[in-house]
Amino acid sequence: MPVVTLYLSRLQKLVGKVSKDKIISALPFLGLDIEEETDQYIRVEYSPNRPDYATDVGIATGLQGLLGIKKGIAKIIIKRQKDKTYSIKTSPAVKKIRPFVLGLVAKDGKLDDEIIRQLIALQEDLHFGVGRKRKKASIGIHDLDKITLPLLYTAKSKDHKFVPLATNHSMSVTQILDTLETGKEYSAILGNGANVPMILDSKENTVSFPPIINSALTTVSTSTKNLLVEVTGNDPGAVADTLAVVASALQGLGFTLHDFKTDSKSSADSIKMRTIILDPNLVSQTLGLELSPVQICNMLKKCRLDAMVKNKKISCTVPSYRFDIFGPMDLVEEVALGYGIQNLSTTLPSSTSVGQKSKTTLKLDQLSQIMLGLGFTEALNSSLTSKQTLYDNTKRDSSKLIEVAESKSQEHTVLRDSIIPGLLENLSKNIHEQYPQKLFESGIVFSTGSPIKESICLACVSAHKDSGYTEIKSILQSLLKTDSNIECQTKTSQNTMFAKGKTADVIVNNKKIGIIGEIDSGVIENFKIRVPVSGFELILTDFLL
Amino acid sequence: MDQTRRGIEWLRLKNLAIVEESEKFFLTLGKNGIAANTDGLPERKLVNLVSNASVPFDDLRKKLLDDMNVAIANAKKNDWITITKNESGSIVSLKSKPDQTNEEKILATIGQNKIPQDDIKDTLALESLKKRPDYIILESVKTRTLSLSEQAKSIDVDAADSGAIDVEADVPRVYAARTHPLKDTINEIREIFVSLGFSEISGSLTQPGFWNFDALFTPQDHPAREMQDTFYIKDKLASNFATASQINQVSASHKKGWKYPWNVDVAKKMVLRTHTTCVTINYLAENKPSEARVFSLGRVFRNEKVSYKHLVEFNQVEGIVVGKNVSLRDLMGIQTQFYKKLGLNKIKFWPTFFPYTEPSLQTMVYNEKLDKWIELFGMGIFRPEVTRPFGITRPVLAWGGGIERIAMLKYGLDDVREFYNNNLSWLRSTPKCQ
Repeated sequence: MPVVTLYLSRLQKLVGKVSKDKIISALPFLGLDIEEETDQYIRVEYSPNRPDYATDVGIATGLQGLLGIKKGIAKIIIKRQKDKTYSIKTSPAVKKIRPFVLGLVAKDGKLDDEIIRQLIALQEDLHFGVGRKRKKASIGIHDLDKITLPLLYTAKSKDHKFVPLATNHSMSVTQILDTLETGKEYSAILGNGANVPMILDSKENTVSFPPIINSALTTVSTSTKNLLVEVTGNDPGAVADTLAVVASALQGLGFTLHDFKTDSKSSADSIKMRTIILDPNLVSQTLGLELSPVQICNMLKKCRLDAMVKNKKISCTVPSYRFDIFGPMDLVEEVALGYGIQNLSTTLPSSTSVGQKSKTTLKLDQLSQIMLGLGFTEALNSSLTSKQTLYDNTKRDSSKLIEVAESKSQEHTVLRDSIIPGLLENLSKNIHEQYPQKLFESGIVFSTGSPIKESICLACVSAHKDSGYTEIKSILQSLLKTDSNIECQTKTSQNTMFAKGKTADVIVNNKKIGIIGEIDSGVIENFKIRVPVSGFELILTDFLL
Repeated sequence: MDQTRRGIEWLRLKNLAIVEESEKFFLTLGKNGIAANTDGLPERKLVNLVSNASVPFDDLRKKLLDDMNVAIANAKKNDWITITKNESGSIVSLKSKPDQTNEEKILATIGQNKIPQDDIKDTLALESLKKRPDYIILESVKTRTLSLSEQAKSIDVDAADSGAIDVEADVPRVYAARTHPLKDTINEIREIFVSLGFSEISGSLTQPGFWNFDALFTPQDHPAREMQDTFYIKDKLASNFATASQINQVSASHKKGWKYPWNVDVAKKMVLRTHTTCVTINYLAENKPSEARVFSLGRVFRNEKVSYKHLVEFNQVEGIVVGKNVSLRDLMGIQTQFYKKLGLNKIKFWPTFFPYTEPSLQTMVYNEKLDKWIELFGMGIFRPEVTRPFGITRPVLAWGGGIERIAMLKYGLDDVREFYNNNLSWLRSTPKCQ
């Protein structure tokens, strides 16, 4: 979850005449989790579906509503332009690579280091979330006064050169993609074509190489007064949503917004509000709270939405940057927030249902009790384990192993098809503890099926200087006899994990239900265990379950 | 001897024996003392020399040699002699013939024996003798005496027969075979759900992306579905995982809500379930209950780096209530009951975001030990985009969360990995009651 740092005195100025304490205690009720709190600042975690909370301006807008200082939509006002210089032309060549572009001019604002930091953070969150790692949409923010309008959005070859942001020398596109961090990370978005997207100004200066990097020419600093924002991408909806969030943040920071035309659309047209009809009954039923339509409207306005009663229904207007709102149910949540979660008292639904554990749980509980009675302590191991433990150390056949892709942990790459290897691993970690050591575990093991078969198994191991086949067969007999009065047979077999001549298949009603034996001395050595070990493993699925 | 000492020490620790230590001093005569006892003290030799007539100083010195100064000093102090001067020098004459002195008596008493210092009553004379060089040798003798304490005397020796053992002594430790501490917490939570009228359902750990993600309205290009967060199983694709109608409805819901071309092949990819919610939605889709209270509990997986607070595999529980008029306030009420049964009475609710519930809340629980509010289970009402494709029209209240987190609070652990280390010293020493 993304985190934003809020400087309290700044936030207080943005919100209005409210004490810092009141602001702090209201933050969680916007859905913001406080991570860290000091006298100067607070760090809060916000949901990725609310990128407008990436800046303190966005959070201040929300707080004003909840604290009753300002209600209703904070409208985005974009001044229409008569002359056509505030525009970008799209060349057909780029339409196959990254087809959509929108722009916006923001004038007469003041930037300080903190605001620039927040804008960069906002940009990154939008890139990650709605932009789907810059694929659907990416943003470039530039110093307008370094640019000669209008712009051209076009495709250029990989030999095209310019000075990229935060460097001081000219580089080719190929060099940028091969050496710069963002180049390496996002080059896959551009595909394998010969050309890449490029935004040029009317003097043919490179402004931006979307979605990779801006030009150094247009670098924004604290002395920048006027901004140009461009958003490009593969998804027109994501491009428009992204621009809406940036527009609302810049307006909140004191910039005046000016329209910017593309071939088909203008930014003012793409940043539009929409209307959702909400049935008051849905609100009262979902929240368990009787509220009048007027009350509901008031609560929606506290969440910085507009609402009015129309034919006993509520007509709610939602600003374009609130793309987290899909339909009426999302508005019900807004009503709950406007009402205040802290004001909702709890109720209990009537019920006559009788609870019950699953048959599997009941059976495993019973078997566990017997194993405890036989002196075995329960272990719990990961079902996602390593090839080393599962196959190499136990000399087992790994030809049917089931692997996961790209695990971040080397110890967790293969799904277990047996429980005993994990128990041997446990014994190997406890060689300095008092013997005898007797462990059991029940759990799921995996094998190839259609596509994967999951079976519930129970296994145990006994490790001490006199451990042997007779002891472990006695345990097996006692377990099955005590649980279900079952007599089992043990039939000579071979298994690389067990010692030759000291292992058997466990047979019940002519069906193999498990394996038993003394662990092979080589296997014991692989696990660096210093005493003999014997054990068994039973497949309970289709047997006791 | 060593054994005796250990035995006595053991008795003393048990308050059965009293050991007393004492020191006694003994006297014998030194070289000069023995000589004085036979020849007399220097002052006695002096008065013997002048007993018949006065003797000049120089003559005396020739006879008494080194004893001269002591003899003159003591004889004068005892007022035995007078010293007169004439032209030729000083002359010593006897005043009166003295009796045996106290010091001479002590020398005679000791003689060739070793006698206790306490036998000499005239301590003044003894101290005086001790000051003379090598007259008296003082020897210290330490003795320890052993006696029975009152407690020992009261032991009924007849009753304690010869087979009596030390019932208070330490004995070797044995360890009870026991369930895993994490399993105890899992069982406790399961019992709470059952006691609240919930029945247990279960499902596979390996799931097609369809039930883990698509059925829960998670778009196919969502970051959570990427390999760096989710474990995909190599070379495994699901078949017959849902009905044609279920697939069509989910596809339509995605196209309408997220506006992208939904792809059934992506939904076929097998994953290790990232939550138990896939079990819940599958149950709802298969049973379409109009009333239900069910829960599922089991392992879930996240492709994360293992650390003190993250595991790749952990336990999650999730409960749902389906009913005609169930509401968010009901959900909060059931939560409150659940936490009360866990012994957590101070709780509050905060809004939050989950992709498949709306509205969504999280519980904050006050932890006395840590003196702070801790985030526990999440909850919400399933989004219509999730329930509608499966023909579920009634509200579904859902909540759940990780169990290890609760167990960590219970056992006071700050490293979640401890649960899966199966360290026997920890398993054997962790009490059931916390």
